[in-house]
Amino acid sequence: MTDAKGDVVLEVRELQTHFFLRRGVVKAVDGVSFTLRRGEVLGLVGESGCGKSLTALSIMRLLPKGGARTIHGQVLLNGDDILTRTPGEMREIRGRKISMILQDPQTSLNPVFTIGDQLREAIFRRSGARNRDVVREAIDALRRVDISAPEQRIGQFPHQMSGGMKQRVVGAISISGHPEVLIADEPTTALDVTIQLQYLKLLQRLQQETGMAILFITHDFGVVARMCDRVAVMYAGRIVECGPVAEVFANPSHPYTQALIASVPKMTGNTRRLYTIEGQPPSLMDLPAGCRFAPRCPHVEERCESAYPPSFTVGREHTADCWRMTAR
Amino acid sequence: MKRYIVYRLLQGVVLLCLVATIVFFLGRLTGNPVDLMLPEDATPADRMAMIKALGLDGSLFQQFTIFVGNASHGDLGNSIRMRQPAVEAFFSRLPNTLAIIPWALLLAMCAGIPLGVIAALNRGNMIDRAAGTVAVLGIAMPSFWLGILLIYVFSVELGWLPSGRMGGPEHYVLPVITLGAFLVAGFMRLVRSSMLEVMESEFVKLARIKGLSESVVIWKHCLRNALIPVLTLWGVFVGNLITGAIVTETVFAWPGVGRLTYEAVIFRDFPLLQAVIILKAILILGINLFVDILYAYVDPRIRLA
Amino acid sequence: MSIPASASPKPASETLRPAIPALAWIARLPGRSRRRRVPWIPICIIAIMVSMALFAPFLAPYSPIDQTLRDKLIPPFWVDGGSVSYILGTDAFGRDMLSRLIYGARVSLIVAALALTAGGGIGLLIGIVAGYFGGAVDNVLMRLVDAAFTFPAILFALLLAVTMGQGLGTLVLAISLLLWASFARVIRGEVLSLKQRDFVALAKVRGCSSARIMLTHILPNVLNTFMVLVTLNIGVVIIAEASLSFLGAGIPPPTPTWGLMVSDGRGRIAEAWWVSLIPGIAITLLVLSVNVFGDWLRDRLDPRLRQL
Repeated sequence: MTDAKGDVVLEVRELQTHFFLRRGVVKAVDGVSFTLRRGEVLGLVGESGCGKSLTALSIMRLLPKGGARTIHGQVLLNGDDILTRTPGEMREIRGRKISMILQDPQTSLNPVFTIGDQLREAIFRRSGARNRDVVREAIDALRRVDISAPEQRIGQFPHQMSGGMKQRVVGAISISGHPEVLIADEPTTALDVTIQLQYLKLLQRLQQETGMAILFITHDFGVVARMCDRVAVMYAGRIVECGPVAEVFANPSHPYTQALIASVPKMTGNTRRLYTIEGQPPSLMDLPAGCRFAPRCPHVEERCESAYPPSFTVGREHTADCWRMTAR
Repeated sequence: MKRYIVYRLLQGVVLLCLVATIVFFLGRLTGNPVDLMLPEDATPADRMAMIKALGLDGSLFQQFTIFVGNASHGDLGNSIRMRQPAVEAFFSRLPNTLAIIPWALLLAMCAGIPLGVIAALNRGNMIDRAAGTVAVLGIAMPSFWLGILLIYVFSVELGWLPSGRMGGPEHYVLPVITLGAFLVAGFMRLVRSSMLEVMESEFVKLARIKGLSESVVIWKHCLRNALIPVLTLWGVFVGNLITGAIVTETVFAWPGVGRLTYEAVIFRDFPLLQAVIILKAILILGINLFVDILYAYVDPRIRLA
Repeated sequence: MSIPASASPKPASETLRPAIPALAWIARLPGRSRRRRVPWIPICIIAIMVSMALFAPFLAPYSPIDQTLRDKLIPPFWVDGGSVSYILGTDAFGRDMLSRLIYGARVSLIVAALALTAGGGIGLLIGIVAGYFGGAVDNVLMRLVDAAFTFPAILFALLLAVTMGQGLGTLVLAISLLLWASFARVIRGEVLSLKQRDFVALAKVRGCSSARIMLTHILPNVLNTFMVLVTLNIGVVIIAEASLSFLGAGIPPPTPTWGLMVSDGRGRIAEAWWVSLIPGIAITLLVLSVNVFGDWLRDRLDPRLRQL
């Protein structure tokens, strides 16, 4: 994780994706903004249901059917707003410029096709080369993700492989198009703990080899500490703090971030009780007017409940959306 | 996989014996077929003669033993009306029925599967409803009526197609349509629900992430998985076709085993009917077994288990 | 740049008012969403058919079995040669088509009611027993059900017609054979999930006998599903009855049944199309209406059963 990064490859501005249901509108992603530079790994952290995955799907424009719509915002890929692209153009962009690794390896692969078939599909699209070359490329791709005996694996079916191996295959498929941006949606959550570390190391290596930018979605701060250069903390549909990992860990400014970091079980120090955050996240259909963390915040003040705080700069490239930051 | 085949085979044999036994006892316990076959002025002597001729004398157990004994030699009795062994009559007509069944199945699939996919893609809106209505129409119209209607329109009024009997390709058209019509709904509904389930899968998302075109995603990735449950019902569908053929062959005077069944009913030819049912059971169970094996082969998760 | 927000979906509005206020209660049946509009046309058709069945003697202009050979093969009134005295024409024996149609409705619906009660009842019983007791009992019964599904029961129905002779009893028995398996399977599924619920455990703790539990606790809870199954299978029964009649295995003549009427007209399709085609239209309309209504009812009462 070096300090000098390239220019901005992905910029998200005020992204809003809402679910329009009969009962009301669920504001799952409600004004998310961040930037991702070439070669860096940005972590997107938050608890379940805060809108992380949906942000990723909104960027890929793969929203689930049933009332979800991106109603506002811009997603600039190399300066080009992909939210305005036609479906045909999006298809070209997916796989080649932006790609994604899904969470559950058990269901990410089609059970009736060999993994060789599924890999070749991805490769063939890019090069349109001859079958022999495509097969060779597929074997190479498997080797790159540390799968042993790739020549045999090519003819195997997903159910013949372990979860960790399947997730590597998914990784191979996702990067086969040499994307500039890779979105990893909790790629290790469904893996065994012992395999998780291996997989993270694999991702790191791939990232260093290809120089792609990674948006790493997770709920695990430990993973963030290991993998990411910068981190964005998400709560109730919005990003509440964002900055370099070292800074945010050393100097968490938003009360939610502080609470999250405090919740990570520590091996040293006071280990008697696990710290938990009281209360529940707000219903995304019924959001308060002010700061959304206010009901659970130990430092809540009056102004917190009347208006949503803007982004305050609290350090080098480090922002937090908290009224208490005006003092600085 | 081999264990699976053996297991299914055994199951089939057991089922067959069960069916044959049921047919045997059903026929003899629910009434005396003799009474229905004799003219009204038959004397008791005539009646005794008939009972003897049908082998209905002696205790039930004796009859059953004779029945099983004969059956193991391939003798399932003689048709009264046609005066020939029932098995012979059946197998001479079987090829004619087997000539139209695959076509009807093909027709039902060609109509039903695309309808199901289209309905699934347009879930909830007018197109979905329309496809559903078309399918339900296939079930609501009794096939005997559909056949007669088709004959009236295409044979009587327009004179384009013959009204019955076997012959060249033009003789096949109407019977195949009549036979396949009611299966269209079955295929459509099955494919629709199967597709809806599959379209939510994660691997479909991955296919889209790869940037594959929508038609490849739907027709290659989704449909292949959606068709697996359809395959399991093939056996049932073919069974439906074989029984549906009874009516269709009757309407179109098609000389197959369906028409044979009808004749056995109309002429109260009890031995023939009994034999036909058992033979059809063998046919249907055989096809089901074949389909189950095919399914085990097609789904890699089972084939390589 | 902003992507304009599309309008959120509006709830479906009840735009049709029931023609007969007495039927307005249907629209107020309890149900989840008012998404699907009440299917008034199918309901009317069903109502008409039921009235035909109930009030046949008052509605039919002629006797359905009186033959007036003088007036044979008269076409419906809108065709050349037809007359208003025989609105739907007559058949080869000079019997009025409309009257036969009306009385035929009676037969169809009586057979349907009886067969659904018998076949559905047996299926209900077997389903409850299999689901409740589980284990070997369940195993054996479900194997039987599987066998029944694989092997088409129509053939047994035909056999019965030959051995027992034609008649209402034979027909009802035969059609029941077609139904029981699908009822049994679905009900068993329901019972399996009900079995886990607390009120069953409570009853067991209180020392209730199995029979009592099944009767007083399980049965009322599967009744909903049972009713939905009944409505979904009415169409099947009507078609089965018509097909068996057509094949000469149903209610014997001179009783008019729709299937028999179609069969009668088969030979003369060229010169007298109405004898065969009109009863078939009646069958199709009724089955279509029953299916649409049944689907709607199922959506209202228990959308979980959508996969049926």
